[in-house]
Amino acid sequence: MYEPIAAARMVIAREGDRLVVRLQGDWLITSTDLPTLDEVIVQLKKQPPQVVLVEDGGISKWDSTLLLLLYQLRDFCQQKGIELECGSLPQGVRRLLKLATSVSPAQHEVHEEEPGWLEQVGLSTLNLCQEAYEFIHFIGDATLAVVRFFKGQARYRPRDLWLLIQECGPTALPIVTLISLLVGLILAYVGALQLAMFGAQIYVADLVAIGTVREMGAMMTAIIMAGRTGSAYAAQLGTMQVNEEIDALKTLGLSPMEFLVIPRMLALILMVPLLTLYADLVGMLGGGLASVAIFDLTVLEYLNETQQSVDMTDVFVGVFKAAVFGILIATSGCLRGMQCKRSAQAVGEAATSAVVTSIVAIVVSDALLTILFTKLGI
Amino acid sequence: MAEPHIIVRDLTMAYGDRIIQKDLNFSISRGDIFIIMGGSGCGKSTLLRHLIGLIRPAKGQVIYGDIDFWAAEPGIRTQILRRVGVLYQSGALWSSMTLAENVSLPLGEYSNLEPAKIAALASLKLALVGLKGFEDYYPFEISGGMQKRAGLARAIAMDPDILFFDEPSAGLDPISAKHLDDLIVELRDSLGATVVIVTHELPSIMAIGTNSVFLDAESKTMIGQGPPKQLLAAPPNPKVHEFLTRGGTL
Repeated sequence: MYEPIAAARMVIAREGDRLVVRLQGDWLITSTDLPTLDEVIVQLKKQPPQVVLVEDGGISKWDSTLLLLLYQLRDFCQQKGIELECGSLPQGVRRLLKLATSVSPAQHEVHEEEPGWLEQVGLSTLNLCQEAYEFIHFIGDATLAVVRFFKGQARYRPRDLWLLIQECGPTALPIVTLISLLVGLILAYVGALQLAMFGAQIYVADLVAIGTVREMGAMMTAIIMAGRTGSAYAAQLGTMQVNEEIDALKTLGLSPMEFLVIPRMLALILMVPLLTLYADLVGMLGGGLASVAIFDLTVLEYLNETQQSVDMTDVFVGVFKAAVFGILIATSGCLRGMQCKRSAQAVGEAATSAVVTSIVAIVVSDALLTILFTKLGI
Repeated sequence: MAEPHIIVRDLTMAYGDRIIQKDLNFSISRGDIFIIMGGSGCGKSTLLRHLIGLIRPAKGQVIYGDIDFWAAEPGIRTQILRRVGVLYQSGALWSSMTLAENVSLPLGEYSNLEPAKIAALASLKLALVGLKGFEDYYPFEISGGMQKRAGLARAIAMDPDILFFDEPSAGLDPISAKHLDDLIVELRDSLGATVVIVTHELPSIMAIGTNSVFLDAESKTMIGQGPPKQLLAAPPNPKVHEFLTRGGTL
């Protein structure tokens, strides 16, 4: 049943050397217009008494609101060297006030102050150096683990490797199919519109084939895998950090690098090129669909033109890039996961960071490789 | 006798077809420190999750005052839950927030107080659990015991009528566990709250429990009920005796 709230009131009176504060009514979080300490503080500053006496003048209900008022009043009185007496207040309030003010010094620490801007620059530089060190350390460790893997000395569960291969290979086929088909279709559509102005829409097949095999197949597959698998690796390894699973491996004498990282890296490095070959075929199929359905090319014309425009060198370029992208995605995902701190938020940050790092690395390396292949005439 | 605050009537808990506990009948009086005890895997934490509205019972009722929780409108259920504070086993603090922000969140959501007052109340709650000065710390910067106390500060943020604790002493050293027990009793006495604790820590059970229920994993129902000291003196079942005497070693 709804119970009306009696308005909280505070009556202040001076009795000799004492300031008497009488509290009445309901002191609840839900109460409106609760009296504040302002008037009491004015009185205390104007003519400091020896004692502040807080009395129960008819408190009907109370919660933390009343406790907060007393807590703040007590702090103020303590600063001014004034004694605070709350003897007639409800027992629960007095006990809670005592509890709130009985922090043992051993537990009381002061948080470090915010660093100044110069200190922040210094700290950021140190963080950057630390990150660079961790990256190089990770690459070194991973390289050694790969060598041990190929020598047959690495300790890992082959079953995990197969599961990871399945996870980042066959199970990624639907999304790779959809994206590649649409990208091929878009390439054909945009290209054919331009080429049609010169009556050269037959060359749309060349555009789609070369564009897909050398660039878009590998690039789109890599971006899908960065979002799908790279982030998952970071989240998995990050959660394992939080749950101390990685510590458990270390104490068993198992290298997390061999046991967790290398299988993930190998699975991705192996699967990205294979998925890229698949994406190339689907992309060209998408381009073919648009060309035949909209731009009046025959299937035979499209296939013939595609065959003439693409050779094995182009396929090699695409697959090589895909392998590089695979290394970059796997490294970013695993590195961020292994660097993850021990909180839920850190896991999210690791996953986000893995995707961002992967995509930036993919685009930058693609640009560099394209320039390199052009210079080499490949 | 104090009025019943929570009544559990014919409660059956199940995950799909798998029954965890059945035919649970007991009541928790206002001001009780009520212990839910039993061996590992008997369904203690599951019962707690049924009591705090996280899992719907397969059968039976959980009655708060005179309101059947699961038969009530969602709005009424939310109102009931606002009067409840829960301390989870791990503290369950939100890792992206400071301790003060963790405590402030329910105050900001469910009161019309201005931000400065919410911040002051959050500091007060942290001071109540001995964490004065730790307002700006993140959960990962403090120890497990401190995380539990910060979780308790969040649980009492809204001055709840009922406080639920899931294994409060788990993972704490005996002295910290004793301090936490003392704090629970102090908060019960000061706030006038009802306290429900899931635990199998015998020292805590005997030190602070005023009433209890004993769940058995084998028979999948309760096999003991009453004040823990009374159950120890006159065990209603050999399993209860074995549990309360640590396999007969006490």
